[in-house]
Amino acid sequence: MVKRENERIPVSQQAHVVDKPKDLTNIGGTVSVQINEKKITVPLGTTILEACQLNQIHIPTLCHHPDLCIAGVCRVCVVEVEKMRTLQTACSFPIMSPIKIKTSTEMVRKARRHIIDLLLSEHYGECYSCFRNGNCELQNLAKEYGVDNYTFGHVQSPRYEVDNSSAAVVRDMNKCVLCKRCVRTCIDFQEVGVLEAIDRGHDTHVGTFLDKPLADVVCINCGQCINRCPTAALRANDPSDEIWTAIDDPKKHVVIQTAPSPRAAIGEEFGQEPGKSFTGELNTALRRIGFDRVFDTNFTADLTIMEEGTELLTRLKKALVDKDQSVKLPQFTSCSPGWVKYIEHFYPEYLDYLSTAKSPQQMFGALIKTFYAKEENIDPADIVTVALMPCAAKKFECNRPEMYDSGFKDVDYGLTTREMAKMIREAGIYLPEMPKSQFDDPFGDASGAGLIFGATGGVMEAALRTAYELITGREVPFENLIIEPCRGFEGVKQASVKLENCVEQYKFLEGVELKFVVAHGTANAKIVMEMLKNGELNDVHFVEVMACPGGCLGGGGQPIPTSAEIRKKRAEAIYEEEATLPIRKSHENTHVTYLYEKFLTDGPCGKLSHKLLHTHYVKRGKYIS
Amino acid sequence: MELEKIKKKMRSGPVLFSEYKLGEGVKKALQLGRENILFELKDSGLKGRGGAGFPTATKWMLSGASLSDKKFIVCNADEGEPGTFKDRVLLLEYPELVFEGMIIGGYTIGAKEGILYLRGEYEYILKSLEDFLEMLRKDKLLGNNILGNENFSFNITIRLGSGAYVCGEETALIESLEGYRGEPRNRPPYPVNTGYLGHPTVVNNVETLASVPHIILKGGEWFKKHGTDKSTGSKLFSVSGDCDKPGVYELPWGTSIAELLKVVEAKNTKAVQVGGASGICLPKSQFNRVLGYEDAATGGSIIVFNESRNMLKVLKNFMEFFVEESCGQCTPCRIGNIKLLEAIEKIENNDFTFSYINNLKELGRTMQLASKCGLGQSSPNSFISILENFKDEIFGLNGKGKNNG
Amino acid sequence: MLVLEKNALSEEIESLVNQFGKERSALLQILQAIQRKHKHISDFAQQEVARMMEIHPVEVNSVVSFYSFLCTQPKGRNIVRLCQTISCDMAGKEKVEETVQRELGIKFGQTTKDKRITLEFTNCLGMCDQGPAMLVNEKVYTKLDPETAINILNEIK
Ligand SMILES: Cc1cc2nc3c(=O)[nH]c(=O)nc-3n(C[C@H](O)[C@H](O)[C@H](O)COP(=O)(O)O)c2cc1C
Ligand code: SF4
Ligand code: SF4
Ligand code: SF4
Ligand code: SF4
Ligand code: FES
Ligand code: FES
Repeated sequence: MVKRENERIPVSQQAHVVDKPKDLTNIGGTVSVQINEKKITVPLGTTILEACQLNQIHIPTLCHHPDLCIAGVCRVCVVEVEKMRTLQTACSFPIMSPIKIKTSTEMVRKARRHIIDLLLSEHYGECYSCFRNGNCELQNLAKEYGVDNYTFGHVQSPRYEVDNSSAAVVRDMNKCVLCKRCVRTCIDFQEVGVLEAIDRGHDTHVGTFLDKPLADVVCINCGQCINRCPTAALRANDPSDEIWTAIDDPKKHVVIQTAPSPRAAIGEEFGQEPGKSFTGELNTALRRIGFDRVFDTNFTADLTIMEEGTELLTRLKKALVDKDQSVKLPQFTSCSPGWVKYIEHFYPEYLDYLSTAKSPQQMFGALIKTFYAKEENIDPADIVTVALMPCAAKKFECNRPEMYDSGFKDVDYGLTTREMAKMIREAGIYLPEMPKSQFDDPFGDASGAGLIFGATGGVMEAALRTAYELITGREVPFENLIIEPCRGFEGVKQASVKLENCVEQYKFLEGVELKFVVAHGTANAKIVMEMLKNGELNDVHFVEVMACPGGCLGGGGQPIPTSAEIRKKRAEAIYEEEATLPIRKSHENTHVTYLYEKFLTDGPCGKLSHKLLHTHYVKRGKYIS
Repeated sequence: MELEKIKKKMRSGPVLFSEYKLGEGVKKALQLGRENILFELKDSGLKGRGGAGFPTATKWMLSGASLSDKKFIVCNADEGEPGTFKDRVLLLEYPELVFEGMIIGGYTIGAKEGILYLRGEYEYILKSLEDFLEMLRKDKLLGNNILGNENFSFNITIRLGSGAYVCGEETALIESLEGYRGEPRNRPPYPVNTGYLGHPTVVNNVETLASVPHIILKGGEWFKKHGTDKSTGSKLFSVSGDCDKPGVYELPWGTSIAELLKVVEAKNTKAVQVGGASGICLPKSQFNRVLGYEDAATGGSIIVFNESRNMLKVLKNFMEFFVEESCGQCTPCRIGNIKLLEAIEKIENNDFTFSYINNLKELGRTMQLASKCGLGQSSPNSFISILENFKDEIFGLNGKGKNNG
Repeated sequence: MLVLEKNALSEEIESLVNQFGKERSALLQILQAIQRKHKHISDFAQQEVARMMEIHPVEVNSVVSFYSFLCTQPKGRNIVRLCQTISCDMAGKEKVEETVQRELGIKFGQTTKDKRITLEFTNCLGMCDQGPAMLVNEKVYTKLDPETAINILNEIK
């Protein structure tokens, strides 16, 4: 498990987390246990669950999640430990002395079955009309334990109203099993703090502040809670019906842009091992479904680099040459809408540090309904733009009132990887067997720099490749253009490159140590913001923040399940694909150059690009009224 | 104060309600030293009076052995078990015993701070307890360098609960002290190692602590003379329900239920609930059973029912209590209790089958085994014992169940 | 809520936070103090507590909703809690319940129109030998019968 550097464990749970020494051989800390008939030796403090997993003994779990601290509340993982009066939960029990464990005695099986029966008795929902059908941990448990009737009855009517208020996340607490994974995700993992257990006893439920609708509280729409919910109690707001309608309407010109992360993960929805991209296959599938054009979001990722990079250079010049005190540095990236909403809520006084550049998704939308419409001679009113994104927050983003710069709704629908997979299945297509095909013009295939936006550190890496070269006239001094300090899953990364022998235009940067910081997951963003507050980022120039752990590849719209391991594989898929691309620097993307020549003629950060490609933010604050 | 002395005089008993002079326990303890205190305590065989019956000496030894420089001793005055009120009597009338027990405990395990967690319902006792602490400070029994001992300083603070029965569970109590919902923790680790704010913490019941000064003063040997082999000493019983003399009685362990009923002048008794809502309900045929850890264990609650009572209604009252008071975090207890309550309603409406009732008894067994804390582990006790011991009354008279010929 | 009232409440909470400390372990004490004075912990108060203690408002809400003696909605000036547990039930709680409801013209769980009294049930008060028992605010009354209960309720302001 990848631990965030400054992992915060709430005081209440500190006691539950057993400190395991990093190097176990050093202290000789092992203990021998007997699990069923098997004798094994494990490091001191290993939980029973971990010990079983290492030895191919399956223990059912529900509230346990590899990304989160231990809860021990669902009780389905109970096992017998010799000499103990009651059953013990495998997920929470640290092995500290030689014990004998039995994992499937009659007592254990009966207890687990009862617990599942109890959960089902209060579970209002039907599997065949449920988005988690076939990928639901509760359903799996029911199957595993051969549940064939409702021993303890079954609820006949819903207890809770479905909360549809949010553009991104739908909460249906009738399907909640109270595992509190979402609570732990939102409070500990993301440090947003939207969800907690409310009330007591049988009335206990997961709720928001005063049970207000999700849209009215500080939810940043990251969707991380959805990714960790074992059931369909949390799901994304699914626009696929509207998209089908648009596709079926011959008058509508439906275009889709696909982001790199869904392509690196969608295979998982079709039973493929994590770690393989299906970009070409997906292009074909999308055309077969009926999308009129398939574009690569990486095109606008390259564009983002041009815009955001230019903005940064402008800020640097103002600060260094004009000695303008009002310039805000470091400049923060703005392509993660969850992060944007986070800073709007929690650090509204720092909004000026954000780049004004829109996210690639929204840039694309605005261009499609202006530049593309003109090029192709299509009435923008007839264009429907869909964005395939790894992200739940993108749904909120495209609905922001600021996002109508083309004169229309720039992006009509944000679609998640999961929803896309569903549409593909619905169309009778088996994705892995599709032939490969290319993206459509006029945007064509993008550079690899855009591709790596999907992984944490990717924007930074892409930006450095371009900025360094623009400033010095030379490629970044890293082998194969791989800027290692930007890669990897450390929560907060810091590095720098020295700018020497700058070209004439950027002589003012001669000798400057360009410093940058990369953070992923809002818990880490919080750390960075506190550093900013404390003046610890005074000599830093550029900060990349992604709201989701691992970056977009760990987005809230990605296939379920998720874990550090899966996210690592997705990152590998992205970096592998990137290494094979002919163009790997944004400024070398010829389609981008064409766009600046033909359409955005006053260049990056020029007047038109300001109108279409840049935006402003809202001071939301934390107060919930 | 006068009134209280009179009240006190009315009580008598072998241990707790025997003569005691303020400060003597602490004085003796400081003379004895840690080793000897633990020896006497171990010798006395004192077990926890809060319900679980864990040997107190072992608990103190475990946390005493920990090297941590910060430790806590917590007095559990959350007394919430239906039918229990003996801790209230101790706190009101014998606070010196309780506080001195805490001080001795602090000295023994090496804690500098004691916390008394007083249930919110007892807020009216708070003032007198605070006053008493003030007096102890004046008498040098509390504060820096207790009784002039340079190496021993100890302080006690009182914290209030806010109406949650489950906060009597020791780890829930600690959560509550830490400012969280009173949700019991996973165990292990145990509070003696990782308790309040992560420090080793001993949680003891009011009565357990109140017994300590007497034991220190008169020796474990003396304490052991009362009670039985496995249940040494005496116990405070809170008796309520159908009897002429309800109240708190100090009786040696090993007293039979029948004897107790005589003492409290109960007539026409049909059933006795031993151990409160989480205890078991005994019918007449079992009144010869004795009170003690080895037989009918109890934290002290004795509720007496006479012939006129409807046992199903009694059971319903208990289950309603648990549905409300469960912390709601774990599945067996949160949903299990409501299922047991539903079953009672079905029996009331004569709408059930016996296989359904058997399923629920089995569910009760699962709750006992798989719940996270003592609440869910013991809430099915009354369900199982009442349906078993009063099946004639419950099923015999008002029908046989719909589908059972 | 008026700005002035808000400011006063904020100041009050601030002094409570100063008194009890900013650590999480002070939370319950702070909430109890607010509850004692205002008979409820408003949404604004909860958010102020959260802000000053640097925790999330939903965490405060979660704690408040857990404890029976803390609440988020305003209640009467006096809170009357009648024990509903078994010993008091057997000792005649129902009669007291009925009479009190009739006399005040409200049901348990409700507040009188003049905001004088809120009626609630509670679980065992530790007065089982002297039931039926009830709490009026933090004061306990025992051996109630319908008549004494009414007298007590009529006494309180
Ligand atoms: C639901 C529940 C409620 C409890 N309530 C109390 C209580 O009110 N007072 C108490 O002393 N122990 C209570 N206990 C027992 C405590 O968890 C703990 O065992 C006890 O405080 C230890 O003290 P002792 O060893 O002195 O008995 C309760 C346990 C459970 C499971
Ligand atoms: S959440 Fe799972 S168990 Fe519930 S209806 Fe959906 S698939 Fe079935
Ligand atoms: S979407 Fe993100 S911020 Fe919103 S509730 Fe879920 S985890 Fe919390
Ligand atoms: S909403 Fe989902 S993740 Fe949250 S507690 Fe319910 S089932 Fe668990
Ligand atoms: S058994 Fe009941 S009270 Fe105990 S942890 Fe589980 S839900 Fe909470
Ligand atoms: S998985 Fe162990 S208790 Fe839930
Ligand atoms: S039952 Fe009412 S006070 Fe105990």
